[in-house]
Formats: sequence, C-alpha cells, structure tokens
Amino acid sequence: MLVYGLINSAVLALMALGFNLTFGISGVANFAYGAIYVVSGFLTWALINNLGLPYALSAVLTIVIIGVFGGLIYKFIIRRIRGLVISEVIATFGISIVILEFLRYIGFIGFKYSLPVFINGSVEILGTFVDIQRLFIIGFVIFLIAALYLFTHYTKVGLAFRGIAQEEHTSLSLGINPDRIAGWSMGMGSALGAFAALVILPLGTITVDSGYDVLISALSVCIVGGLGSTFGVIIASFIIGYAQTITATYVSAHWTMIVSLVAILIILAIRPSGLLGHQKELEERV
Amino acid sequence: MKENYRKERIARSIKARSDDIYALTSYREMWYLLFPRFIPIVGIAIVSYFLPLYWKKVAITTCIFAMLAVSWDFLSNCGLLSLGQALFFGIGSYTAGGLNHYLHLPIYVTIPVATVMGGFISTMILLPVVRLRGIYFAMVTLILPLMLMRLVEATKILGGTEGITGLSPFPNVWFEITLILAAMWASLFGLRRFIASDYGLIFVSMRDNDRATMASGINIYAFKAQALFIGSSICAFCGAFMTHSYQFTGMPVFAMEFSILPIAAAAIGGIGTLAGPLVGAMILVPLSEVLREFGTLRIVFYGLILVICVVALPEGIFHYASRKYNEMERWVKIE
Amino acid sequence: MSILEVNGITKAFGGVKALDDVSVTVEENTLLGIIGPNGSGKTTLVNTITGFVRPDTGSVLFKGRDVIGLPPYRITNMGIGRAFQMVKPFFHLPAFKNIIVPLASPRVRASSGGKYGDKDAVALDVLEEVGFERDSSVPYKTASVLPHGYLKRLELARLLALKSEIFILDELFSGLSIAEVTSIIPIIEKILLDGKTVVMVEHRLKELFRIADKVIVLNYGKKIKEGPPKEILEDEEVKKAYLGVEV
Ligand SMILES: Nc1ncnc2c1ncn2[C@@H]1O[C@H](COP(=O)(O)OP(=O)(O)OP(=O)(O)O)[C@@H](O)[C@H]1O
Ligand SMILES: [Mg+2]
Repeated sequence: MLVYGLINSAVLALMALGFNLTFGISGVANFAYGAIYVVSGFLTWALINNLGLPYALSAVLTIVIIGVFGGLIYKFIIRRIRGLVISEVIATFGISIVILEFLRYIGFIGFKYSLPVFINGSVEILGTFVDIQRLFIIGFVIFLIAALYLFTHYTKVGLAFRGIAQEEHTSLSLGINPDRIAGWSMGMGSALGAFAALVILPLGTITVDSGYDVLISALSVCIVGGLGSTFGVIIASFIIGYAQTITATYVSAHWTMIVSLVAILIILAIRPSGLLGHQKELEERV
Repeated sequence: MKENYRKERIARSIKARSDDIYALTSYREMWYLLFPRFIPIVGIAIVSYFLPLYWKKVAITTCIFAMLAVSWDFLSNCGLLSLGQALFFGIGSYTAGGLNHYLHLPIYVTIPVATVMGGFISTMILLPVVRLRGIYFAMVTLILPLMLMRLVEATKILGGTEGITGLSPFPNVWFEITLILAAMWASLFGLRRFIASDYGLIFVSMRDNDRATMASGINIYAFKAQALFIGSSICAFCGAFMTHSYQFTGMPVFAMEFSILPIAAAAIGGIGTLAGPLVGAMILVPLSEVLREFGTLRIVFYGLILVICVVALPEGIFHYASRKYNEMERWVKIE
Repeated sequence: MSILEVNGITKAFGGVKALDDVSVTVEENTLLGIIGPNGSGKTTLVNTITGFVRPDTGSVLFKGRDVIGLPPYRITNMGIGRAFQMVKPFFHLPAFKNIIVPLASPRVRASSGGKYGDKDAVALDVLEEVGFERDSSVPYKTASVLPHGYLKRLELARLLALKSEIFILDELFSGLSIAEVTSIIPIIEKILLDGKTVVMVEHRLKELFRIADKVIVLNYGKKIKEGPPKEILEDEEVKKAYLGVEV
C-alpha cells in the first residue's frame, strides 16, 4: 500500500505538472489539457498501429507534435484574447470539447486502444508485486521535476519563463517577449501532458472520458497545492495520492474522488489560496 | 491619392442625449423603446403556447437554459466567473426532488423552498472561494459539480446512480410554460433593473476593480456572497423546475452540459448585458434540437461555435444588434 | 494631537525589504509629504496603513486604535481614505455613478442624512468640488473615456464622498500638467481648511514643498530624514538619494 500510494501520487503529480507549468508562467488556465492528454494517447496508438512506426519513435514524435500543437493553439487563438480571463477560459474549454467529442464521434472507444508498456513484468517490493511500468512512473516524475528545476534555473529560456511569471511588464522592458514565452509555456505544458499520457496510459485503456478525469485531477491537485507552485503541486499530489489509496484499500474504490473533494473543501476553508499559493488576496501592486 | 473613409456612428434620438433622464415625446419614440422589449415577450409567449407538445418541451428547456445563462452573466458582471452552473442547478434539483420524494411536499412548496435553500447551500459551499478572484473561482466551480456527482454515486444517497423517479408532475403543460416564461422574464428584467439601481451598482463595480470598491468602504465579500446567492437561487429554481418537469432527479443534473451551454449562450449572445445570453440561449438550444440527429457531433459544434465566437465576434450578437438599432452608421471621407 | 501613528513597520517581499522599521507620526489637520526615489517603499507604506498589505512587524494607530489586520473596507470606514497611484476607476460606469459606490458605504450611511436623499445629486455635488463642470456632459461620461486628469480628480472625489478624515494621496499629481496641478492644489487646501488631514506621496517636489507642513524621506525602505520642507531641501543625504533629481 505504501508503494501504491507513492505510485498514485506520482501519477497525480505527472498529470498536474503540465497544467501547472502553463498556468504558473503565462497565467493561462489551459482547460484543453485533458483533451491534449487523450489526444496524445490516440496519436501514439495511431502512429504505432496505422503507420507501423516503432514505439520509441512514435512516443518522441507524439511529444513533439503535441508540443507544437499547444504552441499553435496559443499563437492562433489564445494570443488574441490574452488577458480576458472569461474569453481564455471559454476558448480553451471550447477546444477541449471539440477535441474530445470529436474523438468520441469518430469512435475511439473500446479495449483495443491501449499503449504497450515499456517493459513487461513486475518486481516485488516490500512484499507487494508492482509492475515495472509503475516504477517507471515514479522514476519519470523524479526525472521531470529535476529537469524542470534545472531548466527554469539554469537555461536562458527557463529564466525568461520565471521572469514572465514574476513580472510581465518588467520582463518586457528587459527584451523578453512575453507572447513568445507564453507560447512556449503552452507548448511545453502540452508536451508534458503528452509525456504524462505516454507514461500513464499503458496501465489501462485510452478512453475519451479520461480526458475530463485528467483535467479534474490536475485541477484538484493544483487547487490544493496552490496554483502556479510546482512544489505545492508535489506536496498536494502526495496528500491526495495517499489519501486516495488509503480510502481505496480500507473503504471502497468508489470513494476516491470524494477524498479529493473533501481535500479541496478543507484546504479552501483553511487556506483559500492553496497550500503554497502565490495567489494572494490583496498583496498585489496597487 | 487613395481616399480614406472612416465609419461615423451617430446615435439615434432620445437615449443618446442623456444617460439618465429623458422624456418621451411621441408615440414613435415610445414604440422605438418598446419594440425590442415587447416583441420578444409576446412573440415567444405566442410561439410557446401554440407549438406541438414535443416542441413545447423544447421551449421549456430553452427557457431553463436562458435563465442559467442570465444567471451566469449576472455572476460574471459581479466579477465571479462561474464554470459550474451545474452545481447550483443540481443542488436545486436534488433539494426539490428530496423534499418531494421523502417528505411528500407538494410542488408549490418544493420549488420555492428549493430555490432559496439551493441558493443558500451553494453560497455556503463557495463562501471560502469568494475571497479569491478570477480563474481560481472558476476552477473550483468547474470541478465541484463533477465531484458531487461522484459523491452521490459512491454514497448511494438520494437514489444513487438511479436517481429518484416518480416525482410529482406539474398539473398541466400550460401551467408549466406560463411559470417558466414568467420566471425567465422576471429574472431578466429584474436583474437588469437591479444592476442599474444604486445598490446593484456596487455589484457591478466589483467586476471593474474590486480594490477600489474596497477602498470605497464596501465589504466586497459580503456583496459577492449576496451576488452568489442571487445567481445560484435562479439556477436552483431552474433545477427544481426541471426536476418536476421530468419527474426525475439524478446524477445527470450535475452534468457538464448545464455548465457549458449557458456560457456558450452568453459568449454568442454577448457578455455583460444579461439580455445577450438570453438571446444566445434562444438560438443555441433550439438549434441543438435540430442537430440532434448528429448525435455527439452536436457537442463538437458547440465547442467550435464557442471558440469562433470568442475569437472572432467578441462583443456578441446582442451588442452588435443593439448598436445597429441604436446608431446610424455612415462612411465619411477623411481629409 | 497626532491622529495617525505608524510604529516600526517592517515588510519584506521575498528578499526585498520594502519597508525597514519605519515610524511616522501625522499630526491632525496638517499635510505630511512622503518622498523618496522609485521603489523606496512609499506605496507599500500606504498599503500597510490602508490594510492592503499586512506588515511583518509594527503597528499603525489611528486615533489610538490599532488597525493592522483589519480589512481595507473596515479601515476605510474608520475614516482613512486612500487614492491609488494607478488610477483604475469603475470603467464601465459613468463618472457620477463611480461616486455612488462610496456613498453606499456604511460610513456615509451612518452620517447624518447619508441614508436618505438623492445620491445622484450628492455625487454631482462632490464631483463639482473636484472640478467636474456640473452643467457639462463630463460627469455623465463613462469613466473609460475620461482623460487622465479627470480620473485623478475622480479618485479625490471618492475620498471626499467618503467624508474621510485622513486623505492619503498616492502620487496624485503624477502625469498631470502644471496647469492641472495648480487647479487641484486649492482643492487640497480646502480639505485642510475643513479640518481634515492629508498625507501626500509625491515625486513633484516643487509643488509638494509649497503646501507641506512636514516631509519624510524614504530610501530603500528606510526613513532617512524627517522635517519641515526647508530642512529637507538642504539636507545632503536626501540630495544624494535623489542624485540627479532637481529640486
Ligand atoms: N506585491 C509586491 N510583491 C513583491 N514586491 C513588491 C510588491 N509591492 C512592492 N514590491 C517591491 O517593494 C519595493 C517598494 O515598492 P513601492 O511600490 O512601495 O515603491 P514606491 O516608493 O511606491 O515607488 P514608486 O515611486 O515607483 O511608486 C519595490 O522594490 C517593489 O518591487
Ligand atoms: Mg508608488
């Protein structure tokens, strides 16, 4: 159970990281995130089964394509309405609906849609058998977090990311183009979504509805952790992940979503801006 | 040399001269003001009463969505961006259903009680979040109804996955239509009047700049809670009404559709006018009935319409139409 | 008698100490000027007094009552009015409707006659005081189309409508022409004549020094000097802080 809780937390963290990255940097809440996650799954599946590409190549291609796709969404749609919160939400949500419902319409439903695992088999840890794929998830989360940290602290683009996140106007005057960076953040957020899909989806089948579920999970984790805070996301993933696993073992699997709900309500009642939220109520420049 | 033209807009008569007080001096002017209000009310009433039964039900659904959209727009006018009208709707629906099923209360008790109680419960749930602004509020409202759905599923309370069936119906369809039409117009004109009043101004001011509202000595949290109560009560009424109309309440009342369609209607109709979203709903809902044969593709259309409207026609149909109605345009040469 | 007492306020944003142990006393019915280079913490000081920022340490006593921790609207209702450096009125509302909002505050409603009467007329009166010509169309125009000068006046009008006891004006003069400033100064003098207290944060030193009774200078969050305008003018340290700024 200890191990499964860890895995569950890692899955949640993976789902939430991409969403959180985009929001933390550009302030755009990408409600199309769940759709992007699902599309990545189907895209890889199609690349493998319809074009007969090898798995590794398809995976890399998917991440790249989805990343570019996210950037293009920003360039052609979001950029025109940036700053109008209502319009941003409506537009990304609209995109999400279009993608997911279209997939549903053309009939991507059924058990045959599943991705291969990286390595088959399982190992025994602390008395429980765990698929190797699940271990991969943990590995990837650690890897991703480390990579993100290095990226935002040591590369030029990454530093620009942080600049925009902190003070858009000042960064502007330092010659950073916030639009370009926001586009990048959207692309990278999407690519992270694709990455999450590739790692997580082999555990089950790809379904359209999981798009909405992923969005909900990502949102809950981000709300509990505090929007835009990577560290908050990680902590929140652990809290919710373990809470879910514990309820699933001792109560019933049906109750897992309720745990998130309760977590959200409690957090909101105590700290409305999330555990490590930057979203302060008043301390904005006036 | 190339000649440049620009569009000159000239406001038509009366209203242009004053934002506040004006006198009507002729029947023509009276008609000018009445026409856009009078025609839709009478027109929609006549049409709804004489439709065949199936389309009567569609008309009722249209009105329900129109009210949800008006309520959404009211909330957004107060700076509260809701993505979860389904939350309010569902709570109203379950309240009415529960009262009717377990306590056997008659319909004329359940609907008013569900309206007020639904509004109250929703406000209580969201109270912690009114302190936060914009997108954060939106996200919380988006996921809460979906999670409540799971809650009902898991705990099997209130009928669980099956829902509660066999609730009291309305006495007849005439009564039903009259009630929903009256409620719809009352909420539209009531809210329009409300936000133009001195008290309502405070609500609208919060959208523009809630800091300045605070620096004006206004407790914005109390006012946001009031706005939430008003907006969610309207939705709760819709939920209660729908429950008795279909004699059923269940998990679908928390469905995403009840959150999305009102926003779509508002985006198409024009945000910020209250009347715009109503117009949008009048277009969208019947249209989606016509598109029913396309099955789920219909929702794809919604999505597309949403994206296109937001990007290409950000002002919405209502603003556009009212500009055309209230202003004359002509091209003038630029020297 | 001192009406406002700021004692040892410290506030850090991350690593930046925006305010470092700042203490100020404001005497009743005087005009206090706060000056300092950009980013020296002037706005942060105003924010702490008005409840928009919670300081790390220190207290703010208004008529002997500590206001730290109270929400901004409570502080406003106690009589501390505050004009924003970045003018953001209620853009969708006509200018005079902007004034209806403060008129609906508990403070005004509790004052004599505040609950009754025609709010529109009161709003127009207040706007006239700050220079919105009553018989013109200006007060009826939507705030989004008003020129900058009028928006600044609108900020002032809000405080007048609130019947504030202290007027805290954050860079009221910035972005205004000399003519506009000269037309606003009499309004401020009238506020003082009415027995009110004024705190002005300013970069326009020349105009400020003409009307100020006392000036404090902030630099890097520290109060480096306090005294009547004349002394400040001649102080070496202040000159250094303002290097390049002509006084
Ligand atoms: N909300 C905030 N978050 C982080 N840092 C802040 C915040 N508000 C102010 N600061 C920082 O605190 C310092 C003081 O800022 P403040 O706005 O008080 O200066 P100021 O004296 O009003 O400057 P100006 O003359 O430009 O208005 C600055 O370094 C600023 O960057
Ligand atoms: Mg300042």
